[in-house]
Amino acid sequence: MSERKYPLTYLLPYLGRYRFRMILGFCMVILTVVASMFSPWVLKYVIDGLNEGFDRARLLQFAAIILGISLVEGFFRFWMRRILIGVSRLVEYDLRNDFLAHIQKMSLSFLQSRSTGDIMSRATNDLNAVRSVLGPAIMYSMNTVTLIIIATYILFRLNWQLTLLAYIPLVLVSITVKKFGGEIHDRFESIQEQFSSLTTKAQENISGIRVVKAFAREQSEIEDFRLLNFEYLRRNISLIRLWGVFYPLMTALLGMSSVALLWFGGRQVIDQRLTLGEFVAFMGYLAMLTWPTIAVGWVINLFQRGSASMGRILEIMDVPPDIQDEPGSSAPMPVHGSIEFRNLTFSYPRSSGPVLRNISLFVPAGTSLAIVGHTGSGKSTLVNLIPRLFDPPPGTVFVDGKDVRDWPLAQLRKTIGSVPQETFLFSDTIRENIAFGSDSDISDEKLDWAAQVSQIADDISSFSKKMQTYVGERGITLSGGQKQRVAISRAVAILPKILIFDDSLSSVDTYTEERILGELAKIMNERTSILVSHRISTIKGADQIVVLKDGEIVERGTHDSLTAFDGVYADLYRKQLLEEELATT
Amino acid sequence: MSDFTEEQVLGKAYDARLMRRLLTYIKPYRKSALLAILCLIAGSALSIVQPYLTKVAIDRYIGTGDFTGLNQIAFLYILTLIFVFAFSYGQTWLINLMGQKTMLDLRMEIFQHLQKLDVSFFDRNPVGRLMTRVTTDVDALNELFTSGVISVFDDIFTLSGIIIALFLLDYRLAFAILCILPILLLVTLLFKIKVRDSYRRVRTAIARINAFLQENITGAAVVQLFGREKRQHRQFSRINKEHLDANMQSIFYYAIFFPLLEVVSALAIATIIWIGGHEVLAGTLTLGKLVAFIQYSDRFFRPISDLSEKYTILQAAMASSERIFKLLDTQPTISTTANPVARKVEKGSIEFRNVSFCYNPGEPVLNDISFKVGPGERVAVVGHTGAGKSTLISLLSRFYDVQQGEILIDGANVKDFDLQELRRSIGIVLQDVFLFSGSVSENIRLGNKAINDEQIIHAADTVHASSFIRKLDAQFNTRVGERGSSLSVGQRQLLAFARALAYDPRILILDEATSSIDTETELLIRDALAKLMANRTSIIIAHRLSTIQNADRIVVLHRGRIRETGTHQELLRLKGIYWRLYQLQYRDQPDPALVTSPKSLDS
Repeated sequence: MSERKYPLTYLLPYLGRYRFRMILGFCMVILTVVASMFSPWVLKYVIDGLNEGFDRARLLQFAAIILGISLVEGFFRFWMRRILIGVSRLVEYDLRNDFLAHIQKMSLSFLQSRSTGDIMSRATNDLNAVRSVLGPAIMYSMNTVTLIIIATYILFRLNWQLTLLAYIPLVLVSITVKKFGGEIHDRFESIQEQFSSLTTKAQENISGIRVVKAFAREQSEIEDFRLLNFEYLRRNISLIRLWGVFYPLMTALLGMSSVALLWFGGRQVIDQRLTLGEFVAFMGYLAMLTWPTIAVGWVINLFQRGSASMGRILEIMDVPPDIQDEPGSSAPMPVHGSIEFRNLTFSYPRSSGPVLRNISLFVPAGTSLAIVGHTGSGKSTLVNLIPRLFDPPPGTVFVDGKDVRDWPLAQLRKTIGSVPQETFLFSDTIRENIAFGSDSDISDEKLDWAAQVSQIADDISSFSKKMQTYVGERGITLSGGQKQRVAISRAVAILPKILIFDDSLSSVDTYTEERILGELAKIMNERTSILVSHRISTIKGADQIVVLKDGEIVERGTHDSLTAFDGVYADLYRKQLLEEELATT
Repeated sequence: MSDFTEEQVLGKAYDARLMRRLLTYIKPYRKSALLAILCLIAGSALSIVQPYLTKVAIDRYIGTGDFTGLNQIAFLYILTLIFVFAFSYGQTWLINLMGQKTMLDLRMEIFQHLQKLDVSFFDRNPVGRLMTRVTTDVDALNELFTSGVISVFDDIFTLSGIIIALFLLDYRLAFAILCILPILLLVTLLFKIKVRDSYRRVRTAIARINAFLQENITGAAVVQLFGREKRQHRQFSRINKEHLDANMQSIFYYAIFFPLLEVVSALAIATIIWIGGHEVLAGTLTLGKLVAFIQYSDRFFRPISDLSEKYTILQAAMASSERIFKLLDTQPTISTTANPVARKVEKGSIEFRNVSFCYNPGEPVLNDISFKVGPGERVAVVGHTGAGKSTLISLLSRFYDVQQGEILIDGANVKDFDLQELRRSIGIVLQDVFLFSGSVSENIRLGNKAINDEQIIHAADTVHASSFIRKLDAQFNTRVGERGSSLSVGQRQLLAFARALAYDPRILILDEATSSIDTETELLIRDALAKLMANRTSIIIAHRLSTIQNADRIVVLHRGRIRETGTHQELLRLKGIYWRLYQLQYRDQPDPALVTSPKSLDS
């Protein structure tokens, strides 16, 4: 993982895409500031004019000018916001799209090494913090810098001693914001830390509520929680102590600059070195400077947070995908679908021992292979290596005689229809779920056929919205068996050369299972199939059966030869007969 | 994840019923609240005086060249600054302190309430959702108390203060300025409506983005297997685009609103110049008053644009308090009866009498179950997965209440016991050992201060847990991770045994672990079990052959009914369900007689 010194520089190419808008936006900032400079000056003429007693007709003129200036300024300000904040949203949009595209390329082992919540928080909270830098932070810093430069120039020309005096509190405000900002941030972090202990405690309590109740520990849990809460309160109080000073102090400091103006400026007016109009204009300029001086510190904090967040996003975006097309990869034409494992030994990254040992196996195109074995014997791992969900070592897994690593990833996966062990459906309609892997123009007939194969068709026709039935998040509205059958249809619909069933009939009753297998048999002869299962009924018709134990093949043969052999398989078979008997008791 | 969408539905912004109930939480702190409001009023009043001081300075001293007077005004101005500082500090301090204390109370109330709720409540509500109540929802209320309510007060007070000041200065001009107010209100109102719509659009879009992301991260394998990356990405871009568009719309409204506010305030200044200017020329208004008017009009518009922002805070707080109160209003169905008749569990005899139970109506889990366990007896319950074994345990500890029949302990109905007392006298070791993040000894003690360190060590010694504990970095003080991930399954089992032993219950319930454990640990566990069960009434959901063979009686549960009862040998001779189960589950286990006697471990 690369460490970047300035994470925010990563955003430059993104901003570069919108450089013309940025330039235009900056022009708008300058125009807005310049326009706003006129109002206090007009006020100066009004006051001085009134003091000397001038023509009444001019009053209306001046009033109209004030209004006109604000309209012009408002026009520029409107475009300033629209353009600059708009750019930040555009970059956010691009960045979010790229984030997903990157995640999609990442291998399962990468995704499994991080919690979904962790990735999510980077895509949401952190992206938000980065967006704040791109939008408000950039806009306000442009605005502040321009405003301070121009206003200072005007004020210095007007009366430099008064300017210096009135600026002292303003500088103090900026320093206060920066200084307090850092300290407030630290205390805030410590509150967050305590809050996370609080959350952890509550989370644990709720997940372990049965244990808490079983041991009648409610009271002591409440006491523990109370202690954490008091500490949380204590830390909050320490923040409030600071926070309580912060804003009032700022108001007081800004007020000091008004006092400086009133006192020193008042004397200047009396000494006739300053007109009353200039005095009022001065007051106007100072008021305009109030917000930017506060913004300086605030913007700095935004930049700091945005930079930290960008760093966190880059921890994901900077990791190159570990499974991708090798240079010069090509797919054989036409695809037949034979599979071979050659002396395959495999271990997961960051784990100690191998999960699979010395597996050698050939599955000719159009035949079927069944894999049985206990939980943890490596069955799923073995089948996951074929579509390269995890990368096998070079020269160990072949499809049509070609190392899977030399296949273009997309081609390889298109050849394989998988029904994973854990059924995952998307919160969409049944139709969309079945058509998930197929081209978007797949015909309804073909989908109906796929539904027929997995015996889900009858269930679907019993739903009021048929194929358009919404399955809910993760398919929550369907039963376990229905979900599995939708997943089977999804795999069948792509007409793959290789079908992989990873324990995919476990939630389906034996009667339906038999009918599914019957339907599958019709289409299997031109496809290679791999069935992982605990159930003898699922696998007994397979051309080849292997028994895995601790990652090794311990038995291989057909149903008949293995039952005759009296090994693991035969024992499993006997037990299932008993189980069936028990079920009917 | 359904929380993503559920939590983002916003309801109405004000509900008197909810508000009244919320105010009861402030009641204990009403003195601070009152004091805070006083500070606020004093602070606002003093800041309203400041432009007036400018007016006095201009009219009375600058105009006349009175240096001493100017000095006095400057001094007064500084005094107001100091007092405003003190008052607003006091107000912020009081109000935030009150907010934090109220939140503490509320959080404790929710947590305490959760402890009382039935297990079935937790079956229905995912942890994530309940967590949101304790965290996000409480925070939304804090926001309401600290920045919402108070600043509304502040805004309203400042606004009326300024209006009064304007009228005192010059009622004609004040009247002219007030005519602009409806324009401002109209602009703000229109903006609020527009922004609310686009805000809702943004929230909906972001909820969809989050849901999509979450789904595609969890389902990444399926997306990759079916080569759907491009299409999923296109779909995501569409949702993302909707979010962008919604934001662009809201940017548009904001970009119009803020400049428009300034135009309105420029309109006010133009009015002051025009009308006020005439008055100055006519000699009915002083220049100082004119300047003060300009300053006031500047302060006048801030509270109004502020007020519109409070709307969302209020809306979020109402939605949160509704959810919190709904939780607090959920009453447990299982609790100690008004006057528990039964005292302590003494002998520890158990009887199930015609017990029937179902989790969902129409799907009976237990059907007319009757059996007795005498004091000190050991009964093993065996049966296929889903036969209802674990439900028996849950009923005994009253995690659920039976729907028919009754469960008796020492001849008294479990419902007549004090709930805490009942559970304290039943020690349960569950299959999936739940460890809290904390030290080893904390996990044995589980917060019971009556258990001292020696008892912990003794318990750990007895069940052979100390041998592995002493090998840990900090021994008994070693922290075990969340859900005890740093310990092996066998070690966690032993820890759970120590926990049960330290509590010294009359009745022991074991749900044995099925996972394969190496022979050495198996031996340790077997011996630990023997010690644990000595002198206690025990019901064991048996997975180990040794347990079954040593049991006084075996109850065979099949499809929610008791089908066979007897000793191991009797049942085997029967060649019924037990015999088949035995063939299926236990035959491959090492015969307890053949492995080294546990006694050798004690030496």
